[in-house]
Amino acid sequence: MQTSARIGSRNNKDIRQKLKDLNWFIVLVIVLIAGFGFAMLYSVAGGSFDPWAKNQFIRFLLGLGLMVTIAVIDIRIWMFLAYPLYFAALGMLGVVDVMGEMGKGSQRWLDLGFINLQPSEFMKIALVMALARYFHCLSDEETVQLKSLIKPIILIILPVVLVLRQPDLGTTILIVAGGIALIFAAGVRMWLFVLSFIALIPAAFGAWQFLKPYQKQRVLTFLDPEKDPLGAGYHIIQSKIALGSGGIYGKGFIQGTQSQLNFLPEKHTDFIFTVIAEELGLVGGLSLLGLYFIILGYGMIVSLSVKSQFGRLLILGMVVTFFLYLFINIAMVMGLLPVVGVPLPLVSYGGSAMLTLLVGFGLILSTAIHKETAIPRGGAFA
Amino acid sequence: MKPSDKNKLKSYTRRATLISGGMLLLSSALVGRMYYLQVTSRNQYELLAERNRISMRLLAPTRGDVLDRYGRAIATSTTDYRVNVIPEETEELEETLEALKQYIPISENNNKRIMKAAKKQRSFLPISVANNLDWETFSNVNVNMPDLPGIQPDVGTSRFYPEKELGAHLVGYVGSVSEEELTGEPLLELPEFKIGKNGIEKVLDEKLRGSAGNSKVEVNVLGRVIRELSRQDSVPGEAARLTIDLEIQKFAATRTQHESAAVTVMDIHTGELLAVTSTPSFDPNDFNNGISQVKWDKLRGDIRKPLINKAVSGQYSPGSTFKMIVALAGLEAGVITVEDTKICNSQFRIGKNIWHCWSKGGHGKLNVIQALAQSCDVYFYDLARKVGIEKIHEMSARFGLGERFNIGIMSEARGINPNDDWKFGRTGEHWYGGDTVNVGIGQGFVSTTPLQLAVMTARLANGGKAVVPKIFIDDDNDNDIDIEEVEGLGISQENLDIVLQGMIDVYNHPRGTAFRYRLRKDDYQFGGKSGTTQVTRISTAERNSEGGVIKNEEKDWIGRDHALFVGYGPVENPKYAVSVLVEHGGGGGSVASPIARDVLEFVLERDKSNENIGQSV
Repeated sequence: MQTSARIGSRNNKDIRQKLKDLNWFIVLVIVLIAGFGFAMLYSVAGGSFDPWAKNQFIRFLLGLGLMVTIAVIDIRIWMFLAYPLYFAALGMLGVVDVMGEMGKGSQRWLDLGFINLQPSEFMKIALVMALARYFHCLSDEETVQLKSLIKPIILIILPVVLVLRQPDLGTTILIVAGGIALIFAAGVRMWLFVLSFIALIPAAFGAWQFLKPYQKQRVLTFLDPEKDPLGAGYHIIQSKIALGSGGIYGKGFIQGTQSQLNFLPEKHTDFIFTVIAEELGLVGGLSLLGLYFIILGYGMIVSLSVKSQFGRLLILGMVVTFFLYLFINIAMVMGLLPVVGVPLPLVSYGGSAMLTLLVGFGLILSTAIHKETAIPRGGAFA
Repeated sequence: MKPSDKNKLKSYTRRATLISGGMLLLSSALVGRMYYLQVTSRNQYELLAERNRISMRLLAPTRGDVLDRYGRAIATSTTDYRVNVIPEETEELEETLEALKQYIPISENNNKRIMKAAKKQRSFLPISVANNLDWETFSNVNVNMPDLPGIQPDVGTSRFYPEKELGAHLVGYVGSVSEEELTGEPLLELPEFKIGKNGIEKVLDEKLRGSAGNSKVEVNVLGRVIRELSRQDSVPGEAARLTIDLEIQKFAATRTQHESAAVTVMDIHTGELLAVTSTPSFDPNDFNNGISQVKWDKLRGDIRKPLINKAVSGQYSPGSTFKMIVALAGLEAGVITVEDTKICNSQFRIGKNIWHCWSKGGHGKLNVIQALAQSCDVYFYDLARKVGIEKIHEMSARFGLGERFNIGIMSEARGINPNDDWKFGRTGEHWYGGDTVNVGIGQGFVSTTPLQLAVMTARLANGGKAVVPKIFIDDDNDNDIDIEEVEGLGISQENLDIVLQGMIDVYNHPRGTAFRYRLRKDDYQFGGKSGTTQVTRISTAERNSEGGVIKNEEKDWIGRDHALFVGYGPVENPKYAVSVLVEHGGGGGSVASPIARDVLEFVLERDKSNENIGQSV
């Protein structure tokens, strides 16, 4: 009784204690990153809060509230909700797919009347939760068995097929890479892992068939952008010019010629890092990277002190997803990766990705608050 | 903690470290790439960014004017009031155009063209709605700008020839640059740029053109100008001043307006050309924006050849105006003297060949002065035969016949000053005696331009000096030519005076061919020489037929004789020479001499009034 009472008290903090345990420094870093975003959206609008910075700010405030709310909710509830959320997300992806089939064209969101829900964003979180829960419930012996890989792979493949049909290459990469990282962190045998990678090679060729012509074009353009400087390669070339001409200290706030004169495409969304690098230079770009790394580092370090495997894997899944966002985006605008349409986390204009990330941070922070909570292998409420 | 959990944490820690390492590795690739782009390759990308944003706009210079000797413009650049529309700035393009119709008429076609252009080009680029507006219309539009969103009044320059037809053959015209005229000079590639296509506009194109300025502007990706970064203004072209006096030009052109004619007036001492007219003419303003096919076809098809400058490009048999040359050749060679006479019985024979005098009854006994005054053909058949073609050829050359002076207007013809060499080279046959007989009266192979005839007359009247015609006033040099320095032709004044007396008698002796057309005032006396040249050969059959030679009035215009006259005045102190050509005009005495007389009188009167107001040339 005593033990269970002690565990109970450790597992059940009141709301004030939880808010006190919330890492406000990380919240501040998140606000700083978002602040970078507002400033750049102000800049690319030619020095105006309209049309982007203002909207983005309001969305961020709402998202921030959601994040704190998620953070104080007990991690066991999140574990309990992992599968239901996954299947809900899968169901919504299915609905979007059917609606696309019904002739409404390529569509990625559900209009729920009061909000446009993007199921693929929802899935990024739901998949991490589902995989974390799955591995949490495995014993050591089961974890290293080959057959234990079947279910997680199915969990990954189902949404991937639906997302690729939308088609959304960026999200597909995020889901697959995030899922693989999580499986890896769960402790699957290394040789099995290498083997599955080899098995992925023919799968990649198979996936090529799934791609729409414009997606294939993007990959081909990435391989040789100068081949078609006025067409598909134009974006990458202009982005590199903007970045390179920014130099170490940049051209100055609202002074970027490439972005202000519209030579840079999609400057408020996918290519906003280019604007930062052009106007604020290498110094600006590295500062933002530094802020990102504080969050990444915090997540990785705190995960090591989490008592439950679910919590650890949840943090890792979210951190890796976050990292993939920023890595793919920045590599893409610098011409290291094809243009796949992944926004710069917390900075690019747009609500869905911001919401996903803030929910993800909420889950990381929730895990951190509840890191002492031990969860039995059978499940939180088993 | 359960052992299973411990194992899981241990395994997790290991794998999480590996993943962190992987993320760090990937991140360092990002940082490396950033360093490469922003530090290592910075200069290269900076250059590319500048090339993106900076655009050089050429500023066209204002074309230099072409002025007459008193500074009156023959060709100038005028402010062109235009109205453009920028579709982007209108609420509805159709409505704006409709509103604009209150002030400017816009035709259905023009309306269609604007709507079509608006669909084709970027919406911030102006589309021309109307140009050449008068000031009142233009200011009306300006005042009502608030009601006309998107309408942009614009002030440009365009070439303008205020005197229209007058001087068109000298000044030529401008037009758009053709493919072949591109030299790599960027100015020529400006869409609205015009270059000289003909006449002085073409010959002096580079001087008139000026040099381009440029404006360095910042543009956005669509090419819209955001701001001007720097500017170097264009340098306007230099003006060209002509020796032409527009008043004289106008008088001469008006005097011959119903004819196909050419009048050349020259200062006999300086060689300055005061008037060079050719009628009918054309309006060079029509060429500015490309002449319409209908107008062009009309000009090209006109048998009076309005596009040709007959004064310098037209080549005609000099006819009897050539007789001074033959007379001088005879006098200088000592073949004749002023005392020698010859009897004209209307015919001249060599073997079986017969040449006729224009006077059917013959002139009777004549000396050289009388032969000139009455223009006896037989006298000059005979004299030419005696003197020989080579001496005539040599004398012609001294008086500038067969010579191209390169005065600086286009298509100056050389004419033909024939001799044996010339004929052999041309036809492979040697010169015959009969050829000389024809040349004796300015027919046959000899051919001259009205300009050459004016030069010849000037050289006769100025005491045998080799004055050269000129049409430009060179601002760099002192324009007052030292008359003493003009080279002499080496002809005795005595012989010159004999010939000049003949010319004086043409107007002033009762038997002179132009006596009826002399100036019936005591103010001035003029000298001159008429010439009537056959366009078609008179056949023996025609000559012997009942009606005799068909009269000019009974022929088609194209079959009639050319009328020529060369004159100078005043006889006591000669100043000006004039040559008149009237194509198919009929008799040189009856048609061309009154024109020469009127022009000479006008020039001298104008001289007098200029002196009176102390504005001497």
